[in-house]
Amino acid sequence: MALLEFRNVSKRFGSLLAVDNVSFAVDSGEFFTLLGPSGCGKTTLLRMLAGFDAPDAGDILLDDKSLAGVPPEKRPLHTVFQNYALFPHLTVEGNISFPLEMAGRPKDEIRRRVAGMLALVHLEEKEDAFPHELSGGQKQRVALARGLVNKPRVLLLDEPLGALDAKLREEMQIELIALQRNVGVTFIFVTHAQQEALALSHRIAVMRAGRIEQLDEPDRLYGFPQNRFVADFIGKINLLDVDVLESTPDRLSLAAKGLGTLTAPPVQGVQPGAHGCLALRPEQMRVVAENEDTGLPNHFPGVVRDLLYEGDVTLYRVVLRNGTALEAMIANSAPGRPRFFEVDDRVEIGWRPEAGRYLHD
Amino acid sequence: MKRGVGLWIAALSVYAFLYVPLAVVVLFSFNDSELNAEWVGFTTRWYAKLLSDQTMLQAAANSLFIAIVSSTVATVLGAMAGLAMHRYKVRWLAFLALTPVAMPEILLGVSLLLFFRQVLDLTLGLVSILVAHITFSIGFVAIIVRARLAGLDESLFEAARDLGATPWMTFRRVLFPLMMPGLLAGYLMSFTLSIDDFVITFFTAGVGVTTLPLQIYSMIKVAVTPEVNAVSTLLMALTLTMIGLASRLAPETLRGKG
Repeated sequence: MALLEFRNVSKRFGSLLAVDNVSFAVDSGEFFTLLGPSGCGKTTLLRMLAGFDAPDAGDILLDDKSLAGVPPEKRPLHTVFQNYALFPHLTVEGNISFPLEMAGRPKDEIRRRVAGMLALVHLEEKEDAFPHELSGGQKQRVALARGLVNKPRVLLLDEPLGALDAKLREEMQIELIALQRNVGVTFIFVTHAQQEALALSHRIAVMRAGRIEQLDEPDRLYGFPQNRFVADFIGKINLLDVDVLESTPDRLSLAAKGLGTLTAPPVQGVQPGAHGCLALRPEQMRVVAENEDTGLPNHFPGVVRDLLYEGDVTLYRVVLRNGTALEAMIANSAPGRPRFFEVDDRVEIGWRPEAGRYLHD
Repeated sequence: MKRGVGLWIAALSVYAFLYVPLAVVVLFSFNDSELNAEWVGFTTRWYAKLLSDQTMLQAAANSLFIAIVSSTVATVLGAMAGLAMHRYKVRWLAFLALTPVAMPEILLGVSLLLFFRQVLDLTLGLVSILVAHITFSIGFVAIIVRARLAGLDESLFEAARDLGATPWMTFRRVLFPLMMPGLLAGYLMSFTLSIDDFVITFFTAGVGVTTLPLQIYSMIKVAVTPEVNAVSTLLMALTLTMIGLASRLAPETLRGKG
């Protein structure tokens, strides 16, 4: 039995259909992420779950019981807000004990549990500090502690890492994973940052325009995107326009306009003559000098147009004969060694047939 | 550099224009002479004389009573108005509450007088002064409270509900404590406005009750005595203290945000 279930939920704001007939279920103990660009409906889903907005249609169930008409304070869910929403007039200790006081817990229990939470988020020495005296990362930890202290069934996190700088964000991601594993609370995480979603989640629902485009585990989402939007939204991707020449149970034969033919793994139900695109991850691309042999069945000549040196890897943008640009991410072999290619170098770019994924338009 | 000097001179002249008359009043309240003409020597006898002046003491007591009661009531009503203006964003609501602030005092005074006498047929006195003072103070409190609320993060109230607080507990434990500086500032502002109000009080006081500003006015009709300087100095000190406290408590209302 799922812990939490959205059943055909819709929500309209004026003329905007913010959430369009969305259904999914979340299991107990799961780290579940709603991922999508701003305005895709992910925050609306979270607000309906927390009880700040009511669905126009459909139902949200917790432990198989509908949450309809249950006010926010009666739902066993707590939220970590984007800007943390720490009470400025209360100390760290006062903020964390707030949910316990509202629940009417005895004083000694409050004291004990707040101390436990402070230890868990490494803020023992900040007990008496006010929110304005804390750094961004510390505020974040207080917000997490406050959300978790009263043992909610589900913790909702609304872009909680958005306000942190890149380095701190990575640290907090590691802490979040550890925290979730330690407390065993179900997390529902909302973000527009795909890297964050991939790093943290057990499962991810990719949303666009109020609908779920794909719901999958991170590696499946990255490796087998179901459509152009998901492929483009998750990680870096090359999209090559193709026509289907031949479709058999063990392979697809494709034609790229102005380039020639290539092969790709089979996709069920694709007919010859269909139009779509081939999705290729930059790190799957091989690049060699123009007279060398890639040793791969799919390869085309091209010219290096731009390159982006990123330390561990270099991104090469290779323009093919038909004008399509393909990005190749190539690991830099050793520190201080010159780059493999320079701008305007003539190269051969190729990939293993299994690396490609045909996406139907 | 030259421009800097010019600016300084201009600024100092404006401040001099504002503060020299006040300084003169303070200075002459310590002058050991019946006349406000030349400095004779330092004394505190005018203050001693004030303390033995029964009419003056009664007027001071009236003023304090009116200021305390009217600002208390105005703070409660003004806070409610401010909250409503913040929450419901109805334009005419704000307009109605704020109009008395912008209205010329003389107009408010005359209309209140007509209202009390012609409509209610009330005998003018303490009650009419109180109602009048509450009327003009509400708008100020509402402005201050609304400014305070506008500076607060709305998600704080959602966070409180989310963490298990009922609407009432959200008010008591989050909204009210956060409004507190605004309420205190509003109270002090009303107090200041009430204690030195002349025009509106003049129209609504009737014959029986005298406040400090009315008393001062009736005294200077004869002559500006050192006693008037002394009572003015005290009033000034009280007012400045109140304004100072208010600006400490709710800087955003008096200094602009930031």
